[in-house]
Amino acid sequence: MERKIILENIEVEGIRSLEVYRKNGGYTSIEKALKTMTPDDIVAEVKTSGLRGRGGAGFPTGMKWSFIDKKSGNPRYLVCNADESEPGTFKDRYLLMNIPHRLIEGMICSAYALGSNKAYIYVRGEFKTIIGILNEAIKESYKAGLLGKNILGSGYDLDLHVHSGAGAYICGEETALIESLEGKRGNPRLKPPFPAIKGLYGCPTVVNNVETLANIGWIVNNGGEEYAKIGIGRSTGTKLISACGNINNPGVYEIEMGLPVEEFIYSDKYCGGVKGGKELKAVIPGGSSVPILPKNLILKTAEGQPRLMSYESLSEGGFITGSMLGSGGFIVYDEDACIVRNTYNFSRFYHHESCGQCSPCREGTSWMESVLHRIENGEGKMKDIDLLVSIASKIEGNTICPLGDAAAWPVGAAIRHFRSEFEFHVENPEIVKNVKHGSLEKYKEVPVTTGE
Amino acid sequence: MFKVTIDNKSIEVEPGTTILQAARMIGGDVVPPAMCYHSELKNSGGKCRTCMVKVAQGSAADPRPMPKLVASCRTEVMDGMVVENLTSPQVVDARKAVVEFLLLNHPLDCPVCDQAGECDLQNLSYENGSNETRFEEEKRTYEKIDIGDLIQFHPNRCILCYRCVYAADQLTDNRVHGILYRGEKSEISTFIHQAIENDFSGNMIDVCPVGALTDKTFRFKNRVWFLKPMDAHRSCTKCKGEATIWFRGDEVYRVTGRKDTYGEVHDFICNECRFEKKSSADWVIEGPRKIASYSVINQNHYKNVVIPSVINPIKETME
Ligand SMILES: Cc1cc2nc3c(=O)[nH]c(=O)nc-3n(C[C@H](O)[C@H](O)[C@H](O)COP(=O)(O)O)c2cc1C
Ligand code: SF4
Ligand code: SF4
Ligand code: FES
Repeated sequence: MERKIILENIEVEGIRSLEVYRKNGGYTSIEKALKTMTPDDIVAEVKTSGLRGRGGAGFPTGMKWSFIDKKSGNPRYLVCNADESEPGTFKDRYLLMNIPHRLIEGMICSAYALGSNKAYIYVRGEFKTIIGILNEAIKESYKAGLLGKNILGSGYDLDLHVHSGAGAYICGEETALIESLEGKRGNPRLKPPFPAIKGLYGCPTVVNNVETLANIGWIVNNGGEEYAKIGIGRSTGTKLISACGNINNPGVYEIEMGLPVEEFIYSDKYCGGVKGGKELKAVIPGGSSVPILPKNLILKTAEGQPRLMSYESLSEGGFITGSMLGSGGFIVYDEDACIVRNTYNFSRFYHHESCGQCSPCREGTSWMESVLHRIENGEGKMKDIDLLVSIASKIEGNTICPLGDAAAWPVGAAIRHFRSEFEFHVENPEIVKNVKHGSLEKYKEVPVTTGE
Repeated sequence: MFKVTIDNKSIEVEPGTTILQAARMIGGDVVPPAMCYHSELKNSGGKCRTCMVKVAQGSAADPRPMPKLVASCRTEVMDGMVVENLTSPQVVDARKAVVEFLLLNHPLDCPVCDQAGECDLQNLSYENGSNETRFEEEKRTYEKIDIGDLIQFHPNRCILCYRCVYAADQLTDNRVHGILYRGEKSEISTFIHQAIENDFSGNMIDVCPVGALTDKTFRFKNRVWFLKPMDAHRSCTKCKGEATIWFRGDEVYRVTGRKDTYGEVHDFICNECRFEKKSSADWVIEGPRKIASYSVINQNHYKNVVIPSVINPIKETME
């Protein structure tokens, strides 16, 4: 099921430049959109396409656009979320690095659809190279009359700016992003009001992920109906998956939604199987925030159906036996991976990235990290395991933004599916003090050495 | 007018009223505790999460419940909304959890804290806290900081409610006070330890719900429950000159803004009234200030106290 929309022509030499991109069919959607379609036509096509947000939550893009307040008389803004900082997710970076014009093309169509004359790309601060690439690409587009005043003689004006973040995962949360774009501390805002009503500078704003916007050119060219034919059920289109961990071919793949997870892991076209011929232990299918699933539950649902790469299939079974497609950060763990260490590592990340505004997340993330650190280092107690479950459940649902949930879910899921590994850590402090990696079975075989 | 029902008690309120405001109009047990919201400070609220309630019915038009608990201080009522505060076990649980989180790194140094007796966190813990802690890690600690010669900042006690940030921002022109760092490492700070010098800086002490910002002219002078608060006024060119002055015998120990039942000051006072007018001759006394019934100043005793078997020496803490 290889189907290229976003990464089409990615292999063409020099596709990063406007000239080559256009020679290969790039920017045709602009002509079509600006000259033959009204903004509402485009919104309608995007609705028909069934496209859902690729930033993690999977909210229908057309519906999000239709919420934008067009009556306020205030300027409207389109903002592209290129803050990609979730552990395990590196798909937007790949797209921006190699085919930046795909995003700019999508953004012109989208901004026109929203009636916006100013758009921003908010880029993760660490992506220095990408910021240069984007600025270069935007310069080319201005020169070619694809940006700026009176685009292609249509009477439509659009200015596009790149804004660099300063290295904060929380600025990927759309309202924190807006605060940061306004030059303030990146604290998420309380919702409602949602950005579609009161966003950037208090004006109606749409924030979309890079990959979401990169789809819009294709939808304008081929129509929403064609797009909806790709994929499966309510998961239409393709999805970029960044695959990493213990696999033979880590990298970014564009897959058609509905591809069986098993095929994605074992086919040579994708991950190419677990590295070194080892056994698969677990997978986090959608970036560090979503629940980890053990081998049996990631390959098949609890009902025994093959698990597919789609919003619905991956979340089947809820959080008890399912997970989420999330942002498409697919992390594979082999039999030797230590789930406790991995969970500790993630909790350290969320602790570090919490903005600190609300008490459950500020205090809870740091508490979970401390407890996990103790368990990982052989200083845990049995009751710590239930304590972690309890802390996670008290953060979840009680915070301003979903970072609190994102910090709680991985901990809850790891203990749900791999409790015995946590217990092993508590029961065998000498072993875990000296060995940082390796599965339960491996631990048992390792001769106990005294550390350096 | 919108009709809203909180814990089975109904009231009609103007559109735009928040659940918390509506609850305060009803009064009594239906009122959720609020640590970070302050009605005189724009944008305050939503952060501490103590005021969370359950919306069991969104409105008459759309009776679906809201999927998560909401911050009552920042959620507006809808017509026909049904809210649960103490009648919802989920709310009671979540509130206990928030109190636990707020106390996690709190030094629990009430015996040496000037705020004791009029501390929102103390009252909150008294109502919703647990007698034990599940926290075994080391607490985070900081040095005390003098913000100028009138105010002292004890970061250990700070619950990061942001009230002082909003007060400093909204009562004065220059922004000198904010939050450094993020997450659990966040700190209230002035720009490179600058003193805050303006006529209204003292109000940060009044808006602080805990003992993190204290009046240096009152530090360790007395315990608030030994003092008699009196409403008084004077003619002042900078503020309304309406304050509460705190007596022991004939001596004025301190001057504060007038706090209402919910600990909120509605007329901010200037530093001259607060720090310089400490003689009863400066003031026209109106009469005794009524203290909220839940406050320990009023109760003068604790119920249900668990007497610890060992009392740790607290001498070092008393510096
Ligand atoms: C803590 C946090 C971090 C996030 N980081 C990103 C990110 O890096 N990129 C992104 O596109 N969305 C991120 N999101 C999701 C955004 O808030 C928002 O939902 C998304 O940009 C909307 O775009 P979409 O509808 O096109 O998916 C993050 C959300 C949270 C809570
Ligand atoms: S959940 Fe965490 S990151 Fe989000 S607003 Fe609260 S403290 Fe900040
Ligand atoms: S110092 Fe006081 S008012 Fe300021 S944030 Fe801390 S607790 Fe709140
Ligand atoms: S008072 Fe409402 S969240 Fe703090």
